[in-house]
Amino acid sequence: MELNKLEKLDECLWQIQRRGGMRVPAIIYASSDLIAGMDNKVYEQITNVACLPGIVRAAIAMPDAHWGYGFPIGGVAAFDPDEGGIISVGGVGYDISCGVRTMLTGFTRDEIGQKLPMLADRLFETIPSGVGSEGSIRLSPSELDDVLLHGAKWAVKSGYGTDEDLKYIEEHGVLEGADPSCVSDIAKRRQHRQIGTLGSGNHYLEIQYVEKIFDQQDADALCLKEDDIIISIHCGSRALGHQIGTDYIQILGQASKKYNIPIKERELVCAPIRSPEGERYYKAMACGVNCALANRQVIGHMVREVFADIFPQAKIKLLYDVSHNTCKIEEHDVDGAMKRLYVHRKGATRAFGPGRKELPAQFTNTGQPVFIGGTMGTHSYILVGKKSGEALAWGSACHGAGRAISRNAALKRWRGRDVIANLARKDIFIRTGSLRGAAEEAPDAYKDVSKVVDAMHTAGLAKKVARVKPLACIKG
Amino acid sequence: MMEDIEVPYETFEHGADMGIRGTGKDILQAFENGARAMFSIMIENFSAVNSIKKINISCGSFDIESLFTAWLNTLLAEADVNNLFLKDFKVTEIKDFVLKGSAYGEPFDPLRHKKGVEVKGATFTELKVFKKIDNEAWIAQCVVDV
Repeated sequence: MELNKLEKLDECLWQIQRRGGMRVPAIIYASSDLIAGMDNKVYEQITNVACLPGIVRAAIAMPDAHWGYGFPIGGVAAFDPDEGGIISVGGVGYDISCGVRTMLTGFTRDEIGQKLPMLADRLFETIPSGVGSEGSIRLSPSELDDVLLHGAKWAVKSGYGTDEDLKYIEEHGVLEGADPSCVSDIAKRRQHRQIGTLGSGNHYLEIQYVEKIFDQQDADALCLKEDDIIISIHCGSRALGHQIGTDYIQILGQASKKYNIPIKERELVCAPIRSPEGERYYKAMACGVNCALANRQVIGHMVREVFADIFPQAKIKLLYDVSHNTCKIEEHDVDGAMKRLYVHRKGATRAFGPGRKELPAQFTNTGQPVFIGGTMGTHSYILVGKKSGEALAWGSACHGAGRAISRNAALKRWRGRDVIANLARKDIFIRTGSLRGAAEEAPDAYKDVSKVVDAMHTAGLAKKVARVKPLACIKG
Repeated sequence: MMEDIEVPYETFEHGADMGIRGTGKDILQAFENGARAMFSIMIENFSAVNSIKKINISCGSFDIESLFTAWLNTLLAEADVNNLFLKDFKVTEIKDFVLKGSAYGEPFDPLRHKKGVEVKGATFTELKVFKKIDNEAWIAQCVVDV
C-alpha cells in the first residue's frame, strides 16, 4: 500500500480521511514497514467498510490486515442499531468464531523431555484433522441443536471438560441469542460428524514452550513461567460455520437490495441489525459461534485425555479461549455515553482491557489474554488487552502474522517433506496427514509475527506478556 | 471435446487462499472443470480417486456467476454429507440459473489417497464466468477459502 495515500497520526496510527461515500474515516494500526507490505486491496476494503450505514467512529484495520472477503482480514467495525447500523456476513467471515484456545499443562520442558515425540504422535492419532476427517461424536439433529444453543456448556454437560473451564471462554462458553431454526438443514447435516475435529489449512494444535517473558507481573497473573509447556489449539466452526456464511451471503444479498444499501463488493452484503434478515443472521451466526466453542472444548478435553494417559498426574488448566471471526453485542463508550454496539471482528481478536465485566476475576487487573498465532517454525505471542485499546479499536487486537507468500507460490517454492525435515532439524516435530498442507504452511510463507505484535504493542491495542515457541505441531 | 482444451483445470494466485479455474468448450464443461480444480486441491493424487458412487446435484441462483459458486458449494456440502471425495462431474443442464448435474467419487481410503488441503467454501472473490475472446473456450473461476 502506498504510504502517501495515508495520513500519519502517530508511529503506528494512520488515517484515511473521509471521502466519497465514507461515513467515517478509516484507521490502520501498523508500522510504515507493515503498511508498505500491505495489499492495496486492504485500502479498498477498509474504505468500503467505512461507507456502511450506522458505522461508529471509524473502520479499523489491524497490523496483520490483508485482502479478505468484503472486510479485510484484520478488520474491525462497530455498528449502532439506533443509527440504522448493519450486520454483515463479510464482517464475520466464513469460519465463524475461528479462534485460539491455550491450555497450561503444569509441566516444564524438562519434565516432558523425551516423551515429546510420543505426545505428538498420540495427539495426532487422537484428534481428527485434515480433509475428510470425522470425529467420534455422532449427533442426532436434536443433539446438534443443543450444541448450537449451548456451545461449550453443551460440551461440559456431555462430559467434555469442567464447569471451571467455562469461566475462561469468551461469553463463558455460550453466545446468547442463538436460534438453530435460522440455520439451514444442509449446514446441520454437514456438521453432525465434525464436532471434535481440527480441520486443515492454517488450523493447528501446537505443543509450545514459553521462551521469553516480557512482563513478569502479567505473566504471574496468567500463571506463565519461562520453559512452561502449553498447548494451543487453532480451529473454528468447521463446515457448519462456512455453510451459514454461504447461505446468508445470498439472503443478505437480497436484503441489501431491499433496504437500498449500496454494496461495493459482493461479500460485503448486509442487512440492518433491526430487520428480519439481520436478526436471523445474528441468530444463525450465534449458532456458528457456539459450534466453534463446543468444538474447541471437545478438542481440549481430548488433549487432557492424551496427557492423562502419558502423565497420570497431569492437571491441565484452560488459560483462555479467544475467537477472531465474530460479531458481538458489546457496551462501549461513545462520546461519553454507553452504547450497545454490534462489533464485527474479522480476523481480529477481542482484547478487553482491565476492569471489563465480561472477564473472569483472574484477569480483572491484567486484561483479557490474547493469543497471536505465528508459524509452525517461529513464534506465537501471548498478550493482554489494554484499557486504551477500547477507545482505539473497541478492545480489539490482531490475530496472526498474515501470509507473505500465496499458497500457490509456496507450493512452487517448497516441498512438504523438506519443510518437515528442516523443522525436525530445529527440534520441531510436525505431524500431518498432508504434505501439500505442510508446504503451503511453510514458516517462510508468513510475515514476521514479531513485527505485527510490536506494532500492536506500540499502538496501545494490547501489551506483550510472553513469546512462545513450538515444539510440536499437529496440522490437518 | 476435452482434448481441445490445453489446461482444462488449474489453480491461480490469491494472497491468503487459492483461486480455481475451469475451462471448457461451453459453460457446462467450464463448470465441470471448475469443480475438478477445486477438488484437486483436496487430494494430492487426484487420479487415484475412483468414481464409484454417484450423487445427483441440483442448485439455483440469481445469475450465472453466483450459480458457479452455488454449484461448488453444493458439491462441498454433498461431499461432506455423503463422506466422499469427488472426482468426476457432469453438468447436464443450466436453465434459468438452475443447474442439474451429478458428481462421482468414493469414500476416503487412507491406503490409496494422499490428503491435500480442505476447501471450506467457494467465494465471490475473483468470481468470473465468461467466454474468452481469442477462442471458443469458456472460463469459470473464483477464489476458494481453505
